[in-house]
Amino acid sequence: MAGPLGKDLLGLAPLSADQIRLVLDTAVPFREISERAIKKVPTLRGATIVNLFFEASTRTRISFEFAEKRLSADTVNVASANSSVSKGETLVDTARNLEAMKIDMVVIRHGASGAAQFLAERIESNVINAGDGTNEHPTQGLLDILTLRNHLGDLTGRRICIVGDVLHSRVARSNIWGLTKLGAEVAVCGPRSLLPNAIGEMGVTVFDRIEEAVEWADAFNVLRLQLERMQAGYIPSLREYNRVYGVTRARLEKAPRDILILHPGPMNRGVEIDSDVADGPHSVILDQVTNGVAVRMAVLYLLAGGKPELAEAAKKGVV
Amino acid sequence: MADQIVELNAGTDNLVLVGIQRRGVQLAERIVRIIKAQEGVDIVSGALDITLYRDDLQTVGPRPVVGTTRLPWTLDDQNVVIVDDVLYTGRTVRAALDELADFGRPARIALAVLIDRGGRELPIHADVIGRKVEVNPGQRVDVFIEELDGRDEVLIADRDTEA
Repeated sequence: MAGPLGKDLLGLAPLSADQIRLVLDTAVPFREISERAIKKVPTLRGATIVNLFFEASTRTRISFEFAEKRLSADTVNVASANSSVSKGETLVDTARNLEAMKIDMVVIRHGASGAAQFLAERIESNVINAGDGTNEHPTQGLLDILTLRNHLGDLTGRRICIVGDVLHSRVARSNIWGLTKLGAEVAVCGPRSLLPNAIGEMGVTVFDRIEEAVEWADAFNVLRLQLERMQAGYIPSLREYNRVYGVTRARLEKAPRDILILHPGPMNRGVEIDSDVADGPHSVILDQVTNGVAVRMAVLYLLAGGKPELAEAAKKGVV
Repeated sequence: MADQIVELNAGTDNLVLVGIQRRGVQLAERIVRIIKAQEGVDIVSGALDITLYRDDLQTVGPRPVVGTTRLPWTLDDQNVVIVDDVLYTGRTVRAALDELADFGRPARIALAVLIDRGGRELPIHADVIGRKVEVNPGQRVDVFIEELDGRDEVLIADRDTEA
């Protein structure tokens, strides 16, 4: 018997609207745990979780680690730089070796799209995708949607615009899948060189000018301009990007309604977003971070347990 | 039950009622209203969800709904009374005791239940009991209360029938 989400969380594309709502609803009581004096519940006591990070990450890794620790799981962090990966070990061998040490879950961040699924098909442990290449980053998508729902209520018919480097963004993909399933209208806005060719097929509107997006949207999810892309010639210069696509106070003041501002971080202030917007009254960027821990606790909880072979063994008095 | 709780506590000083999700919460609120009507005192009450403290996650799997926990700002040196609808194996109360310990150190914790159906699997007993009922392990006790179910009723049903 797999849990209500199945064995793994690989992305939001494979989930149903009801499954997404279940995670969001479960995350609400988990928020309260982080506000207690003793920020810990014994739910995952005895479970071992490996955080396998093949790419740099601060926020996501720490957020997962807090979520795991607040559920009383034992955690081990493996970063590729100082592990056997640097000696040439393959992903599957690394994971199988970890599994031989009797672990229960793997949280994986990897530069290759599909890495999490590849691993999930080859090991028994639950696998949680913490970002794979340009494919998906489901827990980020879920925390963005939870934050939007907290501030906008029911998302049916609400208009969310994703601004910036959609082409390289797994966050954008997870947002588009999740939000459209919940009935929101989704648009993207950015230079054509940073939008995927087939973006129309995902059921989203495309705005070439940010002024049009300002007219239309209830909320902006502003993506990080991945600065390493500039060398590759996707955009002429950072200053020009800010002038044409930057989310600035002057632009937002022209909006017919207050636009809620989200950003998955890390921010490049003065490039894709100005400081007076990031720190402004409609910014919910730090709310996103708080919700991130709650959403990850909910995902860990919903994937955990439910091992029928253990129940059978318990009945026979083996365990 | 309200009278017995006040008596047990020798008054209403430092009394805190904590209802276990879900029906214990409404029962606790009712007891608070009765005490208010009789003694003219407002008793503090809270709600406790013990889902995350269960001892069967690994075998049974996650419960679909995790409720909210809402407790007064301190339990230290308070006289806490846990309120629940049915006392059966005692495992829920065990979980509640563990959870309360993470919130503070009450002077005393007591247990008040509407129905004690026997069948304990842990050394736990109730201090205040609405009604003691002998129920076979194959049967189930369903408590319906006005606030959630639209009626006040306690039914004993066979385990495999619909609630």
